[in-house]
Amino acid sequence: MTRYVLIVEDSPAMRSFIASAIEALNDFQIVETSNGFEALKVLPRYKFDLILTDINMPDINGLELVSFVKKSTEYSHIPLVIITTEGSEKDQQKGLALGADAYLVKPFKVEVLQKVLKSYLH
Amino acid sequence: MAKKESKISKKALQEFQSEAEEIVEKLYHNIVDLEESSKKGKVDPDSLNDTFRAAHSLKGVAGMFGFSQIEALSHNLESILDSLRLGKIQLEPEIFALLDESVGLLSKIIGASGKEGAEEKDQIEALIGKLDQRFQEYSSSEKASPLEELKIDESIISVLTEYEEHRLLENIREGINIFRVRAGFDLQSFDQGLAELNQLLKPLGEIITTLPSSSGVADSEINFDIILGTKKDRKFLENTIEWKNVSFTQIETGKVEKEEEASPEKLKPGEGSAEEEGLSLKSISQTVRVDINKLDNIMNIVGELLLSKAVISELTERLRMEKGFSGVAVDFYKANRGLERKLNELQEGVMEVRMVPLHQIFEKLSRVIRKLTKDSGKEVELEISGADTELDKLIVEALGDPLIHIIRNCLDHGIETPEERKRKGKPKKGTIKINAFPKGNHVVIEVEDDGSGIDLTRISEVVVEKGLIEPGIQLGKEELLEFLFMPGFSTKKEISKISGRGVGLDVVKSNISSMSGMIRIESEENKGAKVILTLPITLAIIKALIITTCGRTYAIPLNSIQESLMITSQEIKTVEGREVIQLRDQTLSLLRLNHLFALPGESPSVEQYFVVVVSLAERRLGILVEGLLGQQDVVVKSIGEPLVGVRGIGGATELGNKTTVLVLDVGGLIEESMRL
Repeated sequence: MTRYVLIVEDSPAMRSFIASAIEALNDFQIVETSNGFEALKVLPRYKFDLILTDINMPDINGLELVSFVKKSTEYSHIPLVIITTEGSEKDQQKGLALGADAYLVKPFKVEVLQKVLKSYLH
Repeated sequence: MAKKESKISKKALQEFQSEAEEIVEKLYHNIVDLEESSKKGKVDPDSLNDTFRAAHSLKGVAGMFGFSQIEALSHNLESILDSLRLGKIQLEPEIFALLDESVGLLSKIIGASGKEGAEEKDQIEALIGKLDQRFQEYSSSEKASPLEELKIDESIISVLTEYEEHRLLENIREGINIFRVRAGFDLQSFDQGLAELNQLLKPLGEIITTLPSSSGVADSEINFDIILGTKKDRKFLENTIEWKNVSFTQIETGKVEKEEEASPEKLKPGEGSAEEEGLSLKSISQTVRVDINKLDNIMNIVGELLLSKAVISELTERLRMEKGFSGVAVDFYKANRGLERKLNELQEGVMEVRMVPLHQIFEKLSRVIRKLTKDSGKEVELEISGADTELDKLIVEALGDPLIHIIRNCLDHGIETPEERKRKGKPKKGTIKINAFPKGNHVVIEVEDDGSGIDLTRISEVVVEKGLIEPGIQLGKEELLEFLFMPGFSTKKEISKISGRGVGLDVVKSNISSMSGMIRIESEENKGAKVILTLPITLAIIKALIITTCGRTYAIPLNSIQESLMITSQEIKTVEGREVIQLRDQTLSLLRLNHLFALPGESPSVEQYFVVVVSLAERRLGILVEGLLGQQDVVVKSIGEPLVGVRGIGGATELGNKTTVLVLDVGGLIEESMRL
């Protein structure tokens, strides 16, 4: 069974880094988006099994995306991992309070990301 | 077929390199701008935030790719910028000197592919020390954010990033009104609507954030809460923005003491920066990234220029008729010729810029195959040829999903397991060949596998079971394969028992058709199947033949026209209820557009017709028309909702004389005519 992972991240290099880490794992279909708007557009189109989102993005920030996903009826079951950076503990806390399932702090090792993935996708 | 991991990381590294270069360039520009604007005493918080985000991204990617020095330096740069955007420190000449120095050094290291020499190493450490010291000095004077004390709805505060909190607070401090602008949109088109609304709101103040929400709306809709800081009152907003789906609520903020302390907007004029450092911002890659929409825009302008030129040509011609070929008429003619040549070059130039090779997408496919084979236990060799073939960027992008779909089908249902292959006497490893090549104004992409092929017997059984044809009727191979593209035909359980290629092929087909392309399948039992896509090189500007029939004018893309000929009405024969003509020993089916589009009125009875012979991917059709008006360059624009579902129409275009005509989609016409 193919599992779908949504990546919301505005840096193309970071996106491909994450994508290649995920692809090394298993049969995943990765949908890459570079901001909250794109993410909102693709959400209804796939049955996502996991969402990975950056926090600092223009317009719709990652926290707002978390809030949207976790408050909705259709998507709230999808595990959501926020990607933050060192020093933004406040944003991490807010993300978790809004219902994010976990957070990753950049820079992280490929293995850490894969471990997180495995724990949410079986 | 599995590529070495080192190759991926090399590619990722290149991506890092180009992104890092872009970021440094952006940092440099932003800092120059900030310095300029700080001298004028007005700094845009957005551009400060943008600068911060650039440093933030650089730190992030450098960290992930293991460039520790770049990471460390950009981390310190980020800290300073963070304090600046959060108003914790002010923009001073000293700070600019530090920023300039940092960016200069970053550019140098990145230019050297991240390998810093001993000299740079010392410089970096010294600079990091300076940045950190500066940061420590300022951060000691930091104050706690008093936002919690305000009476603001928790649901808003809970989603604000630290920076947005700061901006909200700044607005409140300055006594600016905070509004919650609630806007509802259709889920399909919310980005356009929202962009328009933002355009209206921006001049009124500051958009602090945009919060999407789906609660309390229909599935096809989405709500946004835009938090806006503005000096205007509610009445003004309501009168300025009279959208029926937009409402304004002022947010209670409570009182905050306006502080005397300088915010980033109020700055001391600066002087002198570190230009002597010799910023080397030479980029390594000689490329620019451009938003495709900008190119579309230029393309549209070129299209309109071509229309204007058509008018000038016509006037020149008239002048020649009236004045003879002498004097001003000759000059005019020559000038027009010159204009024409340059315009053609311009058009070709813009077209070329839009062209990208297929290899990007082919690489993606090989990743998909790698993933799929790992799981399925099948062994597959991928052979790619013609990856250098170029196509319009928009088409290449839209091709991704259909191709992945096709490849999946090859793997899931075409290629057999190693054991089965062995039994059949085939090599253990299956082969998938992807081949692309240009063919006239089209590009053909073939995806071929050496698997089990498509079980035609099973298709004909299902076709009969479903009552699509009467039992006993023998259908040809091509006709049977055509059923695979029928919507709904595939999704049923029965069909997935045959080679299952049907899964979603109707979607693939409609994707390809929307690009004015065609899809065809060839299959041979136990030898394999081949999917053939035929696509136009570009959708932007095309040459078209303008025709009239039943008093209406249409444009037919020239690249799919083989020839046009004149016939008399006696030459039209009727075979099995279809109108046909004999064309050089071959029978050619004819199509009347008024029949296809069910236009009102009778077919005109004229003695002479023109037949425009169109063809796409080996199929031919003659379109019966009464008049040929000539050739023209046209810019095909997409048409609105009401006509989107009509097969056979690819878009609309404007002719020189300000009339709008429909552009026919030859692929669609050919398919429709077979169904009639």
